[in-house]
Amino acid sequence: MGSNPVTWLGSPVFPKAAKAALADTQLRRNLRKATHTIRDKRAKAVAELPDWEQLRRAGEAIKDDVLSNLDTYLERIEAAVTARGGIVHWALDAHEANEIVLRLAREAGTDEVVKVKSMATAEIGLNEALEAGGIRAVETDLAELIVQLGNDRPSHILVPAIHRNRSEIKEIFQREMAEKPASDEPRDLAEAARRHLRRKFLLARVAVSGANFGVADTGSIVVVESEGNGRMCLTLPEVLITVMGIEKLVPTWRDLEVFLQLLPRSSTAERMNPYTSVWTGVTPGDGPQQFHLVLLDNGRTDALADRVGRQALRCIRCSACLNVCPVYERTGGQAYGSVYPGPIGAILSPQLVNDMHDKQAASLPYASSLCGACYEVCPVRINIPEVLVHLRAEAVEAKGRTPESVGMAALGWIFNDARRYENAQKVGSLARHLAPSGRISSLPWPGSKWTSARDVPTPPAESFRTWWRKNRG
Amino acid sequence: MPAPRVGLFATCLTDTFYPSTARAVLRLLERLGCDVDFPMDQTCCGQMHYNTGYREEARSLASKYAGVFAGYDAIVAPSGSCGGMVREIHPELHGSSDAFARTYELSEFLVDVLGVTDVGAYFPHRVTYHPTCHSLRMLGVGDKPLQLLRSVRGLDLVELPEAETCCGFGGTFAVKNADTSTAMLGDKMRCVLNTGAEVLCAGDNSCLMHIGGGLSRLRTGVRTVHLAEILASTEEEPWAATP
Amino acid sequence: MADTRSVVLGRIRRALADRPSVEAIPRDYDLSRPLGDLVELAAERIADYRAEVHQVASADVPAKIASLLAARGATRMVGPVDLPSSWRVDGAEWLIDSPSLSIDQLDGADGVLTGCAVAIAETGTLVLDGGEAQGRRALTLVPDYHLCVVRTDQIVGIVPEALARLEPTRPLTFISGPSATSDIELDRVEGVHGPRTLHVIIAVT
Repeated sequence: MGSNPVTWLGSPVFPKAAKAALADTQLRRNLRKATHTIRDKRAKAVAELPDWEQLRRAGEAIKDDVLSNLDTYLERIEAAVTARGGIVHWALDAHEANEIVLRLAREAGTDEVVKVKSMATAEIGLNEALEAGGIRAVETDLAELIVQLGNDRPSHILVPAIHRNRSEIKEIFQREMAEKPASDEPRDLAEAARRHLRRKFLLARVAVSGANFGVADTGSIVVVESEGNGRMCLTLPEVLITVMGIEKLVPTWRDLEVFLQLLPRSSTAERMNPYTSVWTGVTPGDGPQQFHLVLLDNGRTDALADRVGRQALRCIRCSACLNVCPVYERTGGQAYGSVYPGPIGAILSPQLVNDMHDKQAASLPYASSLCGACYEVCPVRINIPEVLVHLRAEAVEAKGRTPESVGMAALGWIFNDARRYENAQKVGSLARHLAPSGRISSLPWPGSKWTSARDVPTPPAESFRTWWRKNRG
Repeated sequence: MPAPRVGLFATCLTDTFYPSTARAVLRLLERLGCDVDFPMDQTCCGQMHYNTGYREEARSLASKYAGVFAGYDAIVAPSGSCGGMVREIHPELHGSSDAFARTYELSEFLVDVLGVTDVGAYFPHRVTYHPTCHSLRMLGVGDKPLQLLRSVRGLDLVELPEAETCCGFGGTFAVKNADTSTAMLGDKMRCVLNTGAEVLCAGDNSCLMHIGGGLSRLRTGVRTVHLAEILASTEEEPWAATP
Repeated sequence: MADTRSVVLGRIRRALADRPSVEAIPRDYDLSRPLGDLVELAAERIADYRAEVHQVASADVPAKIASLLAARGATRMVGPVDLPSSWRVDGAEWLIDSPSLSIDQLDGADGVLTGCAVAIAETGTLVLDGGEAQGRRALTLVPDYHLCVVRTDQIVGIVPEALARLEPTRPLTFISGPSATSDIELDRVEGVHGPRTLHVIIAVT
């Protein structure tokens, strides 16, 4: 098994990538506008439901049930899909999944597939693998199309081109499309995408999709979307190949009554997204007559083995945590070096990579001030700060002895004894650890990281405990 | 009802850098009839260790805390962050203990346990309040600090835009991801300056050290003052900046 | 890939060596909710997505269909095989999906007329299940205009009530307004690949 393409080869560690992103003022403006727009809308959409907290708790419990009995539910969905005329494939990693899709596309005799936006296929680098095998993958979601035509990388789970504003999108479309957009108005840009893709939809023979949910009991697959590109792909071609992460299951049809409320309000902040498609195997006379379901592991079973970290597998990819994250808002998604950016990416990507010696992956759990805004909005109550801290401990363990670990051990030793602590206070060394301080303006690293933008407090004449001893002791 | 026996958990940062805050808590609680003690064996809650990935060091500090603060009716900390560490994380590290369950952030203790919002304070300044992340999201103090501030005589409270957005401190985050932290700080300072307040108030000296350090670097003239110091201030004994 | 199958299932079983116990799913969320007049609410919420909504008495549905089509100048209309004959109004040529219409025929039509299976008032959603007066999924997808007739007895309050009425193994399409996107600056605009115009007639019984 090669390295997991969930993180992009050659990506710098997060602080370095963030520094570059922060210097891009256009990016900062685009992100601020988009995240603030959606934040307020989400809050309103959620406030409309009096039972939001109960729905979150139910969503959490249903997903925990899925994870705890994942083997049973996978066998169940396999049987149900097969009984309804679908074909189920299993893929251990990205390479295996890509090979399966490539083979199926070739067997269908096509050199082009249309794609519905899917995180799973982005995670495994399917487009690149198909391209290498001589098959063109056409992204049909507007934002994915912007990324693909711009030869760019995604920066958001729901809206991969969130880092682009309308005038940048217009430039990309003008450069890449036969029929140019009329203006940079979103309506005209959407119209340009419609014209660009229309014939491809109507002529496509093979489509590739992901899945938002798979119902174990019935074998029904659910795709939630807005533009209708999903319906085009799921309805018109002869062959449909769906790549689904093994954690995307719900046990029963009824469970969707929870998720079809949680997901749209959390992601696009709508009461309901424009289109949701549900299909089960093959329906004679309606839609693709050949249906393949590829069940993808690609590191998920490693994450499942981690008793704290496994809650990340509850994720329904709504991206609410990205939209409220103060770090994401400023650095954008590409700084995370993965198709999964933001708070969920900071806990999911390192677990899928499953190698804390990988410096880039190990830097992701530190890409958070632990403010907790992500946990507050998560529709399936993933305690992201808890997992971040848990993964930091794994990163520390993997690194072994470092100047930081030596310093932390020394500080722990000092804190473990009030007399040592008081002595350190008196000689000023504690102040250096805590502030990090010592002098007022410019300090050697890591203190300089602080004093580059902030003054440090002047240590007072006496600590509180010294005062207490003198006056109350 | 006998006076509650309160253990003051000053926190290592306040003990070392901001003794005036700890003295303000003491004055305030004694004024409200509490019997306040400062157990000298206390040090640090271990949050910096825990949040940076040094769980074992944090565990031993959690155990130390459980011993040092055993037997008090309540333990009060002038910090949502350290209070959150103790109440939410310590049980997971050490196992449950009365000392953890009875630990309160100052505004919680005043409003929920003592049942007061008007603490008889006087503070004739224009003030804006930053709700710190852990007080808000770990402890859920809600608007308790604002209830307390609204009852302070002379105080002109102005709303902070984007108040609930993190200031960018995040402990070692400020050093490990210094550029991002600084960008967050810049936005927070802009919001503070837009209010026209003379004083930025919060319930955590760590965040105040961060925001105050930035405000001071820019020579804005806006002062940062811990909630406890505003609540301790009276007409007879008004708040004075520590030299 | 029977081999990979057993590898993956084996990895899952090892990962779950602790077999975390699962508590019963708390289903204390609302299964229905007092929402007042469901017809009014459905009309308001569907219109919120910038779909046009008309409430008429059942007997007046054909006349409403005729006037909407005339107003649009829609003269080539697609319909499922079981489209009620009274809905096949004069003034339009009716392309009935039997034998199956080609994609080009669908693409060349001015619109499609269907019924629906369920409508959800709170979310302003229509659900089609390929049942009575609905036809296969492509019919309501390729034409640029969708006119949908909803009977008041098909309207439920909230999502759980709708799911309880639906059979999941039928091909289902949930439609909330015309096609739209939020992909440009996270702001919603209507009209991408699916029908760009959605009109709804609520037939009050």
